[in-house]
Amino acid sequence: MTHPAAAPTRPEAPRDAAAPLLDVRHLSLDFTSPRGRIHALRDISMTVPRGRIVGVVGESGSGKSTLAYAVIRLLAENARVVGGEIVMDGRDLLTLSPREMRGIRGRRMSMIFQDPMTSLNRVMSIGQQMIDIQYRDPISKAEKRKRAVEALRRVGIPDPEDRVNGYPHQFSGGMRQRICIAMAMMVEPALLLADEPTTALDATTEVQIIGLLERLQAEIGCSILFVSHHLGTVAELCHDVVVLYAGEVVEQGSVRDIFHNPGHPYTQALLDCDPGRIKEKTRRLPTIPGVVPSLVGDQVPTGCIFKTRCPHAFDRCDHEVPPSYAVVSGEVAPDAPHTARCHLRDAAEERRP
Amino acid sequence: MVATAETTRSEQTDVRGDSAWVQHWKQLRSNPLGLFGLVLVVLMVGSAVLADVIVPYDPTQILVGPRLGPPSWEHPLGTDQLGRDTLSRVIMGGQVAMLVAVAALSVALSIGLLLGLIAGFGPRWLDNGLLLVLDSVRAFPVIIFALAVITLLGPSLTTVVLVVAITSIPVYARVVRTQTQSLSDNEYILAERAMGAGTPRILGVHILPNVIGPLLILASMDVPLVIALEAGLSFLGMGVRPPTPSWGTILNNGYNYIQNSPWPVIAGGIPIILTTLGFTFLGEALRDIFDPKLRRDV
Repeated sequence: MTHPAAAPTRPEAPRDAAAPLLDVRHLSLDFTSPRGRIHALRDISMTVPRGRIVGVVGESGSGKSTLAYAVIRLLAENARVVGGEIVMDGRDLLTLSPREMRGIRGRRMSMIFQDPMTSLNRVMSIGQQMIDIQYRDPISKAEKRKRAVEALRRVGIPDPEDRVNGYPHQFSGGMRQRICIAMAMMVEPALLLADEPTTALDATTEVQIIGLLERLQAEIGCSILFVSHHLGTVAELCHDVVVLYAGEVVEQGSVRDIFHNPGHPYTQALLDCDPGRIKEKTRRLPTIPGVVPSLVGDQVPTGCIFKTRCPHAFDRCDHEVPPSYAVVSGEVAPDAPHTARCHLRDAAEERRP
Repeated sequence: MVATAETTRSEQTDVRGDSAWVQHWKQLRSNPLGLFGLVLVVLMVGSAVLADVIVPYDPTQILVGPRLGPPSWEHPLGTDQLGRDTLSRVIMGGQVAMLVAVAALSVALSIGLLLGLIAGFGPRWLDNGLLLVLDSVRAFPVIIFALAVITLLGPSLTTVVLVVAITSIPVYARVVRTQTQSLSDNEYILAERAMGAGTPRILGVHILPNVIGPLLILASMDVPLVIALEAGLSFLGMGVRPPTPSWGTILNNGYNYIQNSPWPVIAGGIPIILTTLGFTFLGEALRDIFDPKLRRDV
């Protein structure tokens, strides 16, 4: 994996001036639990522009996977959307009937999952499964099979004519993730949701999968919502980054801005903790002191969500929820609006560290 | 280079070897008890299917011959207290037993499968409701439940089938429900939903093939239970109506005349034992083959 700081030199994808493909507006989502409601996502606003790869980063429990599952509406039964909208193709996905939503899944959007070991059916051959997911297409089985072989070839499965008859257990983890990607990409979706697709893989395989996603995205021209806690892969793959903390977007912007000029103390701390960025030899890896605040019921802190762990917190953070401030970067024309929800970024604020 | 490729290809074929069914047959062949069970089952099922052709006499015909006669060349298993040919009655009784087993188990399997899928995949309240009903049915002792139903509907072949089906449904439904639930947690079900599949498609294409194997094995091991239950009810005079022969009725009749002749009891009892053994051995062998995790000898 390339060093994150060195990574954001990759060629930029063309940025469409038209409306973004996916527009999440003020999304709030609760999970009901015996302990009360868990406010897992609060007032999330983010966009996925056409043809761009947007990374969603944050630590465990920050709601990054929940966001992806909310977009494709495959949340657990106890999830309740309490506000906001998710607009795609001019329609709010949250208002669609289950039937309409099924029509979108597997056509306009598809998804790849964290664990390739369990995301394929063990009792069906790869070919059977790949033919099965084309059930909507009115073409012959032989035709579907040919397409499946082609899709496997595209993701770099050697000898696909033969391997298409194999069963999942005959493939390694990396190969299975390639197969999952082949299946998700076979429908040529407009939006691919990737929920930590490389977390279960070893580092060398991870690089290959990232490279594969990058190549396929360029070929198909789809957008990708890439969920990961690995800053290196995000820096490598994504154009834009959304940083989530405890169910809130704390900062978003282009990958270059976020990694070179983080505007939020949490992003700063997150980058400091990346082992790839530590320069000197140390026995103790840096951590962010404290824990993520409880999101149950009324225990969600008032004011800034990060104040309990923030080294720069001051009195204003206690009672005032920070709005999105534009982060002034050194560049003349930033290629994506860079915003951070931190009072320190308020131009009127005198106390700059 | 070409030669290397050829070698790899043929080695691959060797590794994969025979098709799954040939492998299963080889495993079964190396299991003597399982093979014995298979032979017994084939014999019993075969004689049941061909019963009408192979019976030497009409099983209900009262013959002008010895009553309670010992085995002879004319009557290999002797005759009963009315002078009917016991062998013919045993063969026809086998047909009745198989009929009850097949009919009752297929009804129980299909309904149990359906209820299990609904309970396992449906909403929580439906699951709870179904479980309550299933557990209530299962809480009745089978024989008491059978006697109650028979008192209500009167003894007949249909009643026996009904009783066996109703008492077996909860077992199958529970197995299917548990399997369905654990399968639904798999990511490939989520992945299938992410591809836009609806519930019928997920259940039919992905859950059913995973559930059906264990279920069929369970059913094959239930065959002896069902046969014993049918024989038991008929023995108590609550099952198949005379003059239709049943192993239970043969036993009961023989039991009344046991001091005169042991042959009817032996003739009625042996097939029950053999069939029970056959299906049990075969069922265990099948389970070992299809579910290697349960295999004892490994």
